[in-house]
Amino acid sequence: MSVGQVLLVAVLAVPALGAVAVAATPRDRPARLVGTVAAALTLLAAVPLVFGGRSWVAWSAGAPAVRPWHQLDLPWVPGLDLRFHLGVDGISWPLVVLTALLTLLCCAYTMWRVPDGGSGRALVALLLVVEVGILGTFLALDLVLFFLFFEVVLLPMYAIIAGWGGADRRRAARKFALYTLFGSVLLLVGVYVVVAAAGTADVVALTGGGGLSRGTQLVAFTLLALAFAVKSPLWPLHSWLPDAHTQAPTVGSVVLAGVLLKMGTYGLIRVAVGVAPEGARWAAPVLGVLAVAAILVGSLVCLAQVDVKRLIAYSSVGHMGFVLLGVATLTATGIQAALIGNVAHGVITGLLFFLAGAVKDRTGTGTLAELSGLRETSPRLAGLLAFAAVASLGLPGLAGFWGEAFAVVAAVQVGGPLWTTLGVLAAVGGALTAAYLLRLLRQVTHGRPSPAVGGVGAGLAGAELTAWVPLVLLALAIGLAPALVLGVAEAPVDALIGVVRR
Amino acid sequence: MTGLLGALLPAVPLTAGLLGLLLPPAPRPDDTTGGARARQVAVALGVAGAVGALALAVALLVTVDGPTQTSTTWVDIGGLTVTLGVRLDGAAALVAVAVTAVALAVQVYSIGYLRRGPHDDIDVDHRYPPYAAQISIFTGAMLLVVVAGDLIMLLVGWEVMGLCSYLLIAHDRRLAGAPAAAVKAFLVTRVGDVGFLLGIALLGVSTGSFRISDVLAHDHSGVTLTAAGLLLLAGVAGKSAQFPLHTWLPDAMAGPTPISALIHAATMVAAGVYAVARLYPLFTAAPVTLTVLGVLGATTLLLGALAATAQDDIKRVLAWSTVSQLGYMTGALAVGSPSAALFHLLTHAAFKALLFLAAGAVIHAVGTTLMSEMGGLRRSMPVTFWCTVVGLGALVGVPPLAGFWSKDGVLTVAESAALEGTGPAPSWVGWIVWIAGLVGVAVTAWYAGRLLLRAFFGEPRLPLVTPHDPPALLRWPVLLLAVPAALLGLAGYVGAFADRLRFPTVPVAGSEDGLVHLGPGVLLPLALLVVGAGLVALRWRRDPAGDPASALGPLRPVFARAFRLDDVQHTLVVRPVRALARAARTGDEVVVDGAVEGSGRAASGLGGGLAALHRAALPRAAAGVLAGALLIGLAAALMGVVR
Repeated sequence: MSVGQVLLVAVLAVPALGAVAVAATPRDRPARLVGTVAAALTLLAAVPLVFGGRSWVAWSAGAPAVRPWHQLDLPWVPGLDLRFHLGVDGISWPLVVLTALLTLLCCAYTMWRVPDGGSGRALVALLLVVEVGILGTFLALDLVLFFLFFEVVLLPMYAIIAGWGGADRRRAARKFALYTLFGSVLLLVGVYVVVAAAGTADVVALTGGGGLSRGTQLVAFTLLALAFAVKSPLWPLHSWLPDAHTQAPTVGSVVLAGVLLKMGTYGLIRVAVGVAPEGARWAAPVLGVLAVAAILVGSLVCLAQVDVKRLIAYSSVGHMGFVLLGVATLTATGIQAALIGNVAHGVITGLLFFLAGAVKDRTGTGTLAELSGLRETSPRLAGLLAFAAVASLGLPGLAGFWGEAFAVVAAVQVGGPLWTTLGVLAAVGGALTAAYLLRLLRQVTHGRPSPAVGGVGAGLAGAELTAWVPLVLLALAIGLAPALVLGVAEAPVDALIGVVRR
Repeated sequence: MTGLLGALLPAVPLTAGLLGLLLPPAPRPDDTTGGARARQVAVALGVAGAVGALALAVALLVTVDGPTQTSTTWVDIGGLTVTLGVRLDGAAALVAVAVTAVALAVQVYSIGYLRRGPHDDIDVDHRYPPYAAQISIFTGAMLLVVVAGDLIMLLVGWEVMGLCSYLLIAHDRRLAGAPAAAVKAFLVTRVGDVGFLLGIALLGVSTGSFRISDVLAHDHSGVTLTAAGLLLLAGVAGKSAQFPLHTWLPDAMAGPTPISALIHAATMVAAGVYAVARLYPLFTAAPVTLTVLGVLGATTLLLGALAATAQDDIKRVLAWSTVSQLGYMTGALAVGSPSAALFHLLTHAAFKALLFLAAGAVIHAVGTTLMSEMGGLRRSMPVTFWCTVVGLGALVGVPPLAGFWSKDGVLTVAESAALEGTGPAPSWVGWIVWIAGLVGVAVTAWYAGRLLLRAFFGEPRLPLVTPHDPPALLRWPVLLLAVPAALLGLAGYVGAFADRLRFPTVPVAGSEDGLVHLGPGVLLPLALLVVGAGLVALRWRRDPAGDPASALGPLRPVFARAFRLDDVQHTLVVRPVRALARAARTGDEVVVDGAVEGSGRAASGLGGGLAALHRAALPRAAAGVLAGALLIGLAAALMGVVR
């Protein structure tokens, strides 16, 4: 086994074994520490995946469109021709690192504060299981394996919301689980339509259509896109998300918004568009229109929202709309914008949920009307909230800008009345995004302190800073050097577009 | 070498600002010095950043000869190249010097202005470190716009400025209206930036690169150029406060006075005019855009001047005068002379910074911004009085003060565009810019005279306070700014200065032979100036205690509320968007989520119903089983028959 293959296995095995170890450690605090160490080791294994394995990047006509840097291909269930096929390339690597980082930050945060509802040990173990599922989804190069990992995430996430969430947590968790299960059913059918028609589940072989007939591709794309649209979520299949976010504990919201939604957009790019490019071309206008509807409706709902966490949840609908618009253009610019938008949204919305959680923990309320004057009592927290909001509204120079601006650029690039209109409307959505985030800031940070805010101390805990500072720095770094994400993604995206546009 | 200077120019204040943000924002409760140390560090960082930038700008001005540019790939997104690099010429260096000089004056002035006085009941300099840091970032962002060699880089500076204006306008915690004004400033400019982004997208997609030199060199189609130009103008109108996106600027007076000076003189409003000058060949190639700009500019010019006549707040008079002067600059661009526009931008930077800082000294001394509570300050504040006289003289264009030369330059170009059709746009655009400019001269003289008479002449209307000239930290920036406000216009005679403002890439219009034009043409604006000033002086002589604005009669409330455009904006944009937002929220919760919840309820209802059906007594259950068996038997028999 090469170093790369060892790392691939380690990225999945370390958190899985970590979860077992956490569950086996009898005392609460040491168990959380074990979990945090496991998450840190996972990140350490994920980062070096970027090295090596890229010697054959140059595109040649015969090469497959997916060319992993490292891959591991083992027979798994030979009787059913299922293979344990993992691989990493420039499309998946940024998301793998983001997942490992956010899980680590969440585990570290849990060292300091365990939300009410259950033991911290169980929470950390569940976080690690969720991590295994998400990382497996990003690494799987076999459709059945992909589906399996996709499903692994669901139940532990359900347990996190139902166990450690807010007052209405059970209903929200049930809705989350049932709604996304509905998406999973479509995914399962879609996967088997593809596998039955093509006779293989290998993503590398399937990417580019793999000889699927036009009819099969249309059916497969419709099923897969619907499944991923539920997860992403794409308007109007989003309504599980506000409830789940509002009720989930802080770390649950961070993982949910930061990386769980990315499974949908990643699946759309890697599986739906890759396997059924003809279906993608056929459905692109519909996808584009829905994406822009998501941007506009999401922003407008945020403008009328009265709860901080719910507002940030709906902002995810708008932001993911930009990502999906980028994918829908089916251009290299659009897909690259979608990839960096994905990562940026994970970093920024992760930070926003951390901060909203901190505000809610300190004041005991998430209602906007009861919050004001935070900059008087806790200037640093208010400053960080302002930074996160400004990053979220896509200020050029910060991470959020590239994905949103270049989704618009890609729509303009496609041209024609439909896409130009979509580009214009998406840009208008950018202004609405600014409107609701400024409304949030004005309400929460400015003015005289409300009774709820009046008692808030100025200090921030060390664990909070530990969890937040990496995200702040990352938002700045990706904004100033977008090549951190896009540099590795350029070759695989060009290869993908090469087969999609054929 | 020049490229390095250009790259360092925005980097120095940006670094100072980012470092300043790391300082503790507010004194800790256990800090007995009240955060004095953090304040000193913040002052040092802010001033050092501004001094460094000024030195770099001056060095750049000395070394730059001819356009220079450097560039390196920033990121390549699907075949569209975004570069990182600077594009320098004489005009960029001159604007950079103006920006950094005003920024330095503002940093120094703020030290004295935002300090707790013996009579202040609360701490006015609360949170000085972030304030100074935000000024540094604001300056750096403007310098980024000035030197940017790539449209995306320009956009970065452009929007960061919007953010800094938001943060600084909301700085003063004592004003209840400040947060709303700050949000308005960011949002109105952001609405314009929707167009700016789309314009950049169109140009970038058409070129395949966002580098300004590539964009200028590319042969765009006519439709692309017109569309992109008009879209860019939306962003310019937002930043440079052109009708109909000017409404944020007067409200931005809620910010501390030094910030007003910064926004009005050096940063923000200058960016729009500068960006048009920077991309001027694109606009001349699509004359429709310049026609639109001319109409907007002339409207803005008159709107701002008339609104300034009826304000009682001294800062709002100056704010509306900025709106009006920006109309002169965009008018000059529309009639084909970016040189005249930038010349006026530079002189305006000097005299408007002077006027705001002098007004700040007045407000500092009397504790109010309302002119109805001032009066008679000429004797108690002689230094401030004379500096204000110089600033207002430059504003109305009294020879030989700075504004006279630059405004005359704008009017001459407009006259030639009107009479001889030398402009890139149709000659009627020249006519409206020229006539609006001439009327503007008279109105400007009127409101400037009113400001001077109301604030500095007559009897004091607030006898309780004893005003005095400001302390040295406030006085010196004002005094030093009076020098360029008085003399900068004469620089138009200096060859090196005029050469740096000449645009090599612009097709030379008929009258573009120099910056200053001293001919019989100057008599007309001078006569109008005398008429305006004479009218207000006559009115004041008749009733020294009254407000000359009463001469406006029924128009006074209309002008005071600036033609109620705020209300129009509220009715046409803000309220519909809010209603739409409420409708979207209701629709989302009732229809979209209702369908989900409804299907859930329907499923469990159906399940409940079926469960109830299954809970049957023995006879019915037995009948059911038998019926089922019968059905299966029938089906088996039928299938057997078929087979």
